[in-house]
Amino acid sequence: MISAGIDIGSRSIECVIFEDESMKETRKTDTGFDPIGQAKQLIKGLRFDTIFATGYGRNLFELENDAATITEIKAHARGAVYFFPGAMTVLDIGGQDSKVIKLNESGKVIRFEMNDRCAAGTGKFLEIMAKNLGFSIDTFGEQALKAKKDLNISSMCTVFAESEVTSLVAKGENPNEIARGLHMAVVRRAASMLRRVSPEGPVVFTGGVANNIGIVQLLGQEIDREILIPEKPEMNGAAGAALLAMEKERKER
Amino acid sequence: MKQQLFKKLQQIAEQNLLDIEVHKKKGEHVVGFYCLYAPTELAVAANAIVLPLCGTRQAPIEAAEERLPRNLCPLIKSSYGFAVTDTCPFFRFSDMIVADTTCDGKKKMFELMSDIKPVHVLQLPQNQDFNISLEPWKNEIEKLRTVLETLTDKKITQEKISLAIALLNNERKTKKRLMDVTKAKPSPLTGMELVEILFKTGFFADKQKGIDLMNEIADLCLQLIEKKESPYTTETPRILLTGVPIGLGSDKVVKIIEQSGANVVAFENCSGYKQTFQVNEEKDPMLALSEQYLSIPCSVMSPNQGRIDLLKEMISEFSIDGVVDLTWQACHTYNIESYHIQKLVQESFGLPFLHLETDYSESDTEQLRVRIEAFLEMT
Ligand code: SF4
Ligand code: SF4
Repeated sequence: MISAGIDIGSRSIECVIFEDESMKETRKTDTGFDPIGQAKQLIKGLRFDTIFATGYGRNLFELENDAATITEIKAHARGAVYFFPGAMTVLDIGGQDSKVIKLNESGKVIRFEMNDRCAAGTGKFLEIMAKNLGFSIDTFGEQALKAKKDLNISSMCTVFAESEVTSLVAKGENPNEIARGLHMAVVRRAASMLRRVSPEGPVVFTGGVANNIGIVQLLGQEIDREILIPEKPEMNGAAGAALLAMEKERKER
Repeated sequence: MKQQLFKKLQQIAEQNLLDIEVHKKKGEHVVGFYCLYAPTELAVAANAIVLPLCGTRQAPIEAAEERLPRNLCPLIKSSYGFAVTDTCPFFRFSDMIVADTTCDGKKKMFELMSDIKPVHVLQLPQNQDFNISLEPWKNEIEKLRTVLETLTDKKITQEKISLAIALLNNERKTKKRLMDVTKAKPSPLTGMELVEILFKTGFFADKQKGIDLMNEIADLCLQLIEKKESPYTTETPRILLTGVPIGLGSDKVVKIIEQSGANVVAFENCSGYKQTFQVNEEKDPMLALSEQYLSIPCSVMSPNQGRIDLLKEMISEFSIDGVVDLTWQACHTYNIESYHIQKLVQESFGLPFLHLETDYSESDTEQLRVRIEAFLEMT
C-alpha cells in the first residue's frame, strides 16, 4: 500500500510517501501566501492510496481534498516512534512553533505542551538573528560553536532580542559569542519545556531546527540526555501522518 | 421539542427585561452581583431583584482598556467595560453593586467602578478555616444586611432571610437537577446548550419563574434520555471543564471542544456546578449563610481543597473521559492552581488533561483548536 502524509505548516509544507513500512519519497516547499495552492502543487503527480493532512493548514486541506486530518502532536509522536522505536519524548522545533510530547510505552501521547504564540524559541527566531549578524542560517550553528565564552542573551522575544543584539554588536562583542548566546536562549527554552513535560530518557529531536548543529550540541550539554535525530528531521510530522493514514486504511480494509 | 424550548427561553429572557422595568417602576430595588461569594439571599429578603453582572463579552473590553491595564483578566475588563460604556441593561437597572475582595484585579477594578455606581465591597477572607475567618466574614454579612436595609428601606428579618434561603436553595437544587441530566450517557444536551440555559435563566426578576423553567427543561431532557435521543453516541468523549467562569460570549473553548467531536458534560466553575450548594435551613440563618458562602471553593482561597473534592466527585459521577482546565489570561490564582488539578486528573484518575490560557478574543482560535484536537486524540 502507498500512503502519503502532508504537513502544512505556516512556513513550509512537507510531503512524505510511504510504501508499506518504508519511506519512499520526500518533498518540501514554502507555504507562501497560498498554502492550499502550494500543497496541491507539491503533491502533483504523486500516486497514493490514502493521505492524511496535519499542521495548521490541515483543516483547509481536508475541505478541499477530502483527506482525513490529525494534529501535528499525534503525527510527530507517530513519526518519532517509527524512526526510533520505543521513543517516549519528542522535541519538535519548527519554523514557527515548538512542542514537547511525552509518550507512554505503547507510543500513545500522554502529555504535550506547545509554544505557538510567538516566534521566540523557534526557527524563525534563529533565522532573523542570523540575518542580523550577517551569518547564513546554514552555518549559524557552527559559528555559535566557535565561541570561546558564554554570553547571556536574556530577551526571548524576537523584537527585544533584536535590539539586545544590536547593542551587543555596538559594544564590539564577538559575533560568534553573540550567536552562541542566541542559540542558548533557544536551548534554555526547549530545556525548560522538556523538564516540565517529560524530564527523563532520550529525546527525539525533530523539525527543521534539529538540522542546526549548534542547537543540537548545546542542548545535549544543557539537558545531559541522549538526543536522537531522524535523517530528515523536518519530515517527521509528514511521515507520522503517512503512517497513521496507512494504519487507518489497513484497519478499514 | 428542544427547539421550541429554546425559543421559549429566548422569549422569556426578553420578556424579563420588561418585567424588571415594571418592578423598578413600582419602586423595587435591583442589586447587581459579580461573584458567587455574595449572599444574594439578603437582597432577596429585602424584596430586591438580584442580577449576576459578570462580564462575558469581548465588545466592551477596548473601552475598559482606556483605564485598566491590557494584561488583566478579560472577565474583569469586560465587567468594567460594560459599566463604563453603559451597554449592559442589567448594570443600568442596578441601584447598587455588591462586590467582594476576591482576586487583586477585581477588587482594584471595583474602586474604579465606584465612580459610576454605588459599590459595596465585602471584605472576603482568603482562608476557609472557620476558626480564623468565620467571625470577620459574618461581620461583613451583617454589614451587608444593614446596607441593604438602608437601600431598600425595609427591615430584613430572620424570617425573611429564612424564606429567601429556602427559595434560593430550591433554585440551586433545580439548577443541579438540570445540570445532572448530562450524567446520562450519551447526554441529551450539548455543553453549548447547557451554557445558554444556565446563562439565560440567571436574570429572572421572579426567581420562581426561573425555577419553573429550569424544571421544565430538565423534564424534557429526562424524556429525551428515555427516548434515547441525543446529539451524541456512547462513544463521544465526555469532557469536564473546570476553572474560570464562562458565559455566553466567553464560551469559545466549549464551542471548539464540541466542534472537535466531544461533549462538555460538566462545568466545575462558578457558572456551573459551584452553584449547587445548599445553605443549612436548620441553623441560625445568618450563621448558615456565612458558613456556606465562605466555603465556596474558588481559587482565591488558600488552600482550596474544596475544589479538589468537588472535582473528584464530578469526574466519577459524570463518567468523565478528559478534563480541560480553563484560565483567563492574567488570572494568577487559577493559573497556579492548575498544577494541583493536573496532578489530580493525571495521577489519581489517569485521565487526559489540558490546561488552556486564553482571553475573550477570537485571535487564538486555531492555536486552541490544535491543542484541543490533540487532547481529544488522547481520550
Ligand atoms: S471564580 Fe471566584 S472570584 Fe470569580 S466569580 Fe467565582 S467565586 Fe468569584
Ligand atoms: S478569572 Fe481569575 S483574575 Fe479573573 S476575576 Fe476570576 S479570579 Fe479574578
